[in-house]
Amino acid sequence: MIAMEHVCKSYRIAKRNAGFGEACKSFFHRKYEVIQALDDVSFTINDGEMVGYIGPNGAGKSSTIKILSGILTPDSGDVFVDGRIPYKNRIRHVREIGVVFGQRSQLWWDVPVIDSFELLKDIYSIPQFEYKESLEELTELLSLGELLRSPARQLSLGQRMRCEIAASLLHRPRILFLDEPTIGLDAVSKLAVREFILRQNRTHKTTVILTTHDMQDIEALASRILLIGKGKILMDGTLEDIRKGGDNIDETVAELYRSLDI
Amino acid sequence: MKKYFSFFRLRFAMGLQYRAAALAGIVTQFAWGFMEIMVFHGFYRADASAFPISFSATVSYVWLQQAFLALSAVWMLENEIFDSIVDGNIAYELCRPVNIYNMWYSRNTANRLSRAVLRCFPVLLVAALVPAPYGMNGPASPGHFLLFLITLLLGLAVTVSFNMLIYMLTFFTISPQGLRIFFMSTMEFFSGAVIPLPFFPDKVRQVMELLPFASMQNVALRVYSGSMSGDEMRRAVFLQVFWLIVVTGAGKLLCRVAEKRITVQGG
Repeated sequence: MIAMEHVCKSYRIAKRNAGFGEACKSFFHRKYEVIQALDDVSFTINDGEMVGYIGPNGAGKSSTIKILSGILTPDSGDVFVDGRIPYKNRIRHVREIGVVFGQRSQLWWDVPVIDSFELLKDIYSIPQFEYKESLEELTELLSLGELLRSPARQLSLGQRMRCEIAASLLHRPRILFLDEPTIGLDAVSKLAVREFILRQNRTHKTTVILTTHDMQDIEALASRILLIGKGKILMDGTLEDIRKGGDNIDETVAELYRSLDI
Repeated sequence: MKKYFSFFRLRFAMGLQYRAAALAGIVTQFAWGFMEIMVFHGFYRADASAFPISFSATVSYVWLQQAFLALSAVWMLENEIFDSIVDGNIAYELCRPVNIYNMWYSRNTANRLSRAVLRCFPVLLVAALVPAPYGMNGPASPGHFLLFLITLLLGLAVTVSFNMLIYMLTFFTISPQGLRIFFMSTMEFFSGAVIPLPFFPDKVRQVMELLPFASMQNVALRVYSGSMSGDEMRRAVFLQVFWLIVVTGAGKLLCRVAEKRITVQGG
């Protein structure tokens, strides 16, 4: 079970106007602005749930994911993931979770993908037979096959993303955090990734939390939606709660963002 | 332990992959070595008695320095680590059940060793074949050679610990540029990479030999040709171990502070 209680997180950002004069001024006197990325965020997610975490750019989605995966420390509030405090015992915590950051890469750039996988096997101390089983399953479901023997740098974005997702699941995490996993994927890859996430959830009872701007991802995957805007949770419900009539899902969500003024 | 060894292995294998870089490195080391020896030759011809160590010991010092440059060069930092801090890819590293400090430590050590393995043999071979007095002499004794290997590895450990300090400080400054320039010029000079430490005036040298920088390449290169007395060698090894503990401790402490206040750059 995942629980966040009254979590706040702020960032200090140096700001100035455009121009050389402004640059000189800020050299001597820098103005900082405090951005409240998360403002009293509370929610609970049960085991085996699939939650879509949506909100406009800069709403605080990634910050939440990073706090839940133990990378960032919140300013205040309590976070529990299966009874662990992620940022207190990071190393113990991350063993049990899998994370995919859609805009970053975890594969070693210059060596074949399979070498990165082997390294992950050692990092997570995955027993050989379990590793082989996971690898076979992932290879088949994400059609990795030949990709595994190519260096990561020579894969296309979609091919790499499939490898990235496989890499995050080799150790069979009970919780999976996906931060924009379908970014830049073609239609076929998108469908494959969605199908795969659904299967993981059904067969392995993996809890999935997914942030995305692709509302079709949400339609296909999320049984529950958390809407965040300006650092606050604004809605906790299902897709049906925000859908009205036969409107296009993107328009519906845009309308919702506007009406909430976020 | 196994996971850190895996990092080591992967980084080592990766280093062996860059053949052109190794070849270019070997050529550079030769050119640099010959140039330095020529310069010293000129000085020694003017007045050999003005120097604290013999010309042939200096020549051996230069060749060994060139052969094992990858182990002791302070500037051999990993750009990928800086990049991961600056652009936020560190996020993935923090999602792993590994200690960041130990992981990067093994990575850096592996990188240096793989480079050294590719480059040292051609340089050593040629340096041994070059006629006297420009060629490299054998070690002073088998005992000296053994101690040379030990102090070389200790020096490598101290150098990597210093590099770790630079990586850790980058968490706070975000840009590694200033740190790199400052640390590089300081460490190059004080470690004896530019001018061997015995060549400094006595009073200056005595202070320099106590600094952590002297524990990097200076000890091994001087032990080899037997230009240090027994007491001096004992003290030097003791200092190496002492500084290794202090610098590593400081790095680990910084790492812990950095992890607590980390900001992942770039969303």
